[in-house]
Amino acid sequence: MKAHLTRRYRFSASHRLHSAEMSEEENRRVYGKCNNPYGHGHNYALEVTVAGQVDPHTGMVCDLVELDEFVGREVLERFGHENLNYLEAFQRLVPTTENLCVEIYGVLARGFRAATVERVRLEETMMNSFEYCGESRELQIGT
Amino acid sequence: MVYLTRRAEFSASHYYHNPELTPEENRRLFGKCNNPHGHGHNYTLEVTVRGPVDPRSGFVMDLAELKEILNREVLDAMDHRFLNREVPEFRDRIPTTENLAIAIWQRLEPRLKFAELHRVRVYETPDLFVDHYGEP
Repeated sequence: MKAHLTRRYRFSASHRLHSAEMSEEENRRVYGKCNNPYGHGHNYALEVTVAGQVDPHTGMVCDLVELDEFVGREVLERFGHENLNYLEAFQRLVPTTENLCVEIYGVLARGFRAATVERVRLEETMMNSFEYCGESRELQIGT
Repeated sequence: MVYLTRRAEFSASHYYHNPELTPEENRRLFGKCNNPHGHGHNYTLEVTVRGPVDPRSGFVMDLAELKEILNREVLDAMDHRFLNREVPEFRDRIPTTENLAIAIWQRLEPRLKFAELHRVRVYETPDLFVDHYGEP
């Protein structure tokens, strides 16, 4: 039997939304307050969904300790309490939550081997969230 | 097609143990969850059914009936119970959240007549949940 397991994590980081391809005025118009040159921060909530057959031996899709260690090392340590604009991944990419969500999905989908990473959902605040399932997959809603 | 989700809560205890493994292997694999006296969770269950909206009632299904099925099939059997000892499915299956979602699906699916079961979601804690869509 197949099951989809979702684990929720939290991290805090700062960013500034500013595109080198736009003029100062255009940046201010498009990003508003988020363009403040000193940056600002969020408490992000991250949901990682992995899917696979339930192992009859363990009753699990994957070892939760392994998932926690991987996400801790590759995501929380890497992005937590950082200014995202200074990180390698965002030297050419504006650190919007869309881009951060896609970046985190890439890190997990490429590196985590114990189960299939199916979806990453990232909440920037309690009012907005973003989801990415890779290019080849649509959201499960409606299946 | 409209999707209807009903939420319910139950509290239960469990422990993880595979009788085919040695006590050391069980401890290594399951850690604290292997304590044979069990530990508990406040589970939150979300059951989603789907179907066309009935033109006469305006419902996907009668919510009172869904609630009654949930109470009878899930809450009466699992609320304030030791899952390993008191719920028959877990005599030979480890009561992980994955297996709990599957067992609840198997209990509900044959009972639903007027709408189709779409998803069973079980939260073990606010930070961990499992979805089952009836996929083999």
